[in-house]
Amino acid sequence: MTFLGWLTIFLFVAILTALAIPFGRYLASVYTGERTFLDPVLRRPERLLYRVMRVDVSKGQDWKGYAKSLIIFSLAGWLLLYVILRTQTLWNFTGLNPQHFHSGTWDVTFNTTSSFLTNTNWQYYGGETTMSYFSQMAGLTVQNFLSAAVGIVVAVALIRGIISRSGKSLGNFWQDIVRTTLYVLLPISVVLALVLVFQGSIQNFSHYLTSSGLTSGGSQTIGMGPVASQEAIKLLGTNGGGFFNVNSAHPFENPSGFTNFVEMLAVLIIPAALVFMYGRMTGKRRQGYAIYATMMVMFLGAVVVAYVAEAHGSPAQHAAGLHTHVLAGSTGGNLEGKDQRFGIAGSALFDVVTTVTSCGAVNSSLESFTGIGGAVPFANLSASETIFGGVGTGLYSILLYVLLAVFIGGLMVGRTPEYLGKKIEAREIKLVVLGLLITPLFALFSTALAAASKPGRASIFSPGRPQGFSETFYAYLSQANNNGSALAGYTGYVQPQAGNLGAHGVKFADILGAVTMTFGRYAPILFALAVAGSLAGKRISPVGLGTMRSDNPTFVVLLIGVIVLVGALTFFPALLLGPIVQGLTGHLY
Amino acid sequence: MKRDIITSSIGIVVLALLLGILYPLFITGVSQVAFPGNANGQQVTVGGKLVGSKIIGQQFTDQVVKNGKPQLDKSGNPITTPDPRYFQTRPSATVPADNAAGSAFSNAGPNNIATEQAIAANIQAYVALERPYVPQLTAAQVPVDAANTSASGIDPDISPANAAIQAHRVAAVRHLPLEQVTALVAKYTHGRGLGFSGEPGVNVLQLNLALDRLAGAH
Repeated sequence: MTFLGWLTIFLFVAILTALAIPFGRYLASVYTGERTFLDPVLRRPERLLYRVMRVDVSKGQDWKGYAKSLIIFSLAGWLLLYVILRTQTLWNFTGLNPQHFHSGTWDVTFNTTSSFLTNTNWQYYGGETTMSYFSQMAGLTVQNFLSAAVGIVVAVALIRGIISRSGKSLGNFWQDIVRTTLYVLLPISVVLALVLVFQGSIQNFSHYLTSSGLTSGGSQTIGMGPVASQEAIKLLGTNGGGFFNVNSAHPFENPSGFTNFVEMLAVLIIPAALVFMYGRMTGKRRQGYAIYATMMVMFLGAVVVAYVAEAHGSPAQHAAGLHTHVLAGSTGGNLEGKDQRFGIAGSALFDVVTTVTSCGAVNSSLESFTGIGGAVPFANLSASETIFGGVGTGLYSILLYVLLAVFIGGLMVGRTPEYLGKKIEAREIKLVVLGLLITPLFALFSTALAAASKPGRASIFSPGRPQGFSETFYAYLSQANNNGSALAGYTGYVQPQAGNLGAHGVKFADILGAVTMTFGRYAPILFALAVAGSLAGKRISPVGLGTMRSDNPTFVVLLIGVIVLVGALTFFPALLLGPIVQGLTGHLY
Repeated sequence: MKRDIITSSIGIVVLALLLGILYPLFITGVSQVAFPGNANGQQVTVGGKLVGSKIIGQQFTDQVVKNGKPQLDKSGNPITTPDPRYFQTRPSATVPADNAAGSAFSNAGPNNIATEQAIAANIQAYVALERPYVPQLTAAQVPVDAANTSASGIDPDISPANAAIQAHRVAAVRHLPLEQVTALVAKYTHGRGLGFSGEPGVNVLQLNLALDRLAGAH
């Protein structure tokens, strides 16, 4: 551990918070229809889009209408992406497939399509050895934007349900999607992509390069492509699907210590700002601060554990006689699977940032994290996206937890549970609990199925060891939570050479994964919208003496308690079998 | 329902054009005009020949030739040995080593016996290469970056500590004063982002190129 390592963490939190507060104000004006500074530029294209799409945005939708539009829009996106990926060679005329890559097998494409639609970006393919530039742009980048927008609009709809004083309208889905894309995601992506190129990311459509090198040991092939444009939205939309196989570890995706810092900010900025937006839209900013404090406490806990564990080094390093102290000019620590320019702190922080959100980008090999350091991503996923979480997803997930905490608190003090003046009754609590438990259910069910069956075990990289179970558990936990990071040894795809020739998928892993991701995404969305619909019709009663406050430190503690309790009770047995046993024994297997 | 289907179908196509075609084309256009070097991968050419990218790590090894024939390993890849004239990059898990078009993690588990063996082998190889020039070098002094595989498999950097050890070998083999090599190492060492983010690193390709230029000037 170093002073500068801790300083990096401190400054990251400080700068993130300083940026998120004004950005939250901007987001609030985007979703309440107030004028923003981008109106003069974007108002016309916005109106044009409504006209082309033939939508009347003056009409609000109730929760069922909103949900129906969302599902049908997602289905259309699924079909378009599947077709683009399966017909990869048909688009060669565009010149955007210089390596002449063929399409993946149907099962791998099925998995990939479901993965990008659900904001998961689980990758059973190597980007630079299977995907044409056309597929990366017109296919994957598009869903990087739209799946992020879908997450955000659900959170916005839930907020409207909570604050609505009359009527059943949650807003207009099409208006929300268009405004999210035009006013939020696209402008920041443009700026971020250009910053990345300025710092060394690539952006071209060239054929891969072959360099002879300085010595006779062999030539080197260097992958090219429109990387920066995809990298920007990959981070901002908490998507996480890398252009290259090694994701944000690749120098073309993440060239320096500076870009590493900027990329981490890009991942958390929208989830953090949405919390402040919530405070503004409800007119009770302290509610936003309380939720932010809850998230930040859990986030810092995860960062500290990961940094300390990775700085300590791994049992394999120590057994091999490697000294892992910090030396002058050497990072020390567990540098296995980490790049020099990020070091230990830059890698540990990045991986916490991307696993508390649904981003799942990595700049280091999670599989090589120490037992305890590696348990942190597990714990983050077990918190079901309540620690910032995916864009939008994080906010609606924690709001469901807030309702649960209010309910539990209400039972403890013997009052009718109320949240922001609305009575929380049996119907809402049933929906909340279903919404919260369905994702863990799919994670555990799929893990059990994969660990206990022969076709499931075919995907394991380290068979017969706790590491093998960790890989399996992480795979389905990550897919159910729409995260997309992986202990990358676990595979659903066998590719003997670049270009998909002779490649085949592991059907079991591909299909089970796709189903897990789809339910892990859309089931909670539907429950969240149903809660919104149920709350929208309720009268707001005035705050009385007996109302339990949901904006003070006591409530923050209660909320953290509820999240930790639900996560621990659900996942502890499975965690014991994998990372915890490795971390505690220090044994080599 | 019917309205939703119509709007979805039009919407997805229009948005795909905007986000999937126009946006990347716009970024490409601006990048190619404003930062053409970076946008095309910071290519380095020597005598008109492409020798690599400044920010992509590569191997500095020679083919092992026996009886005039290059030796191949079991999977048909050439067997190589570090070229002692050059600074060496970090161990890589890609096949072939440092393949920048098929990047891969080592996925070496923290508690796996295979990981211990791989690290031990890397330490041994490092000590064997450097000890003739740094007689007091022991396994305990090997910096972690020299024994652990990188994440990207194409890490362009090594740690300053690693470079300081290798400088002895490079200076001796090239018959240069150690101070001159050390000065070059310092020249190609980049600092932390914004002064605090990340770690300093020595760019191996740029350092080796500078050494070659020095030799050419002699």
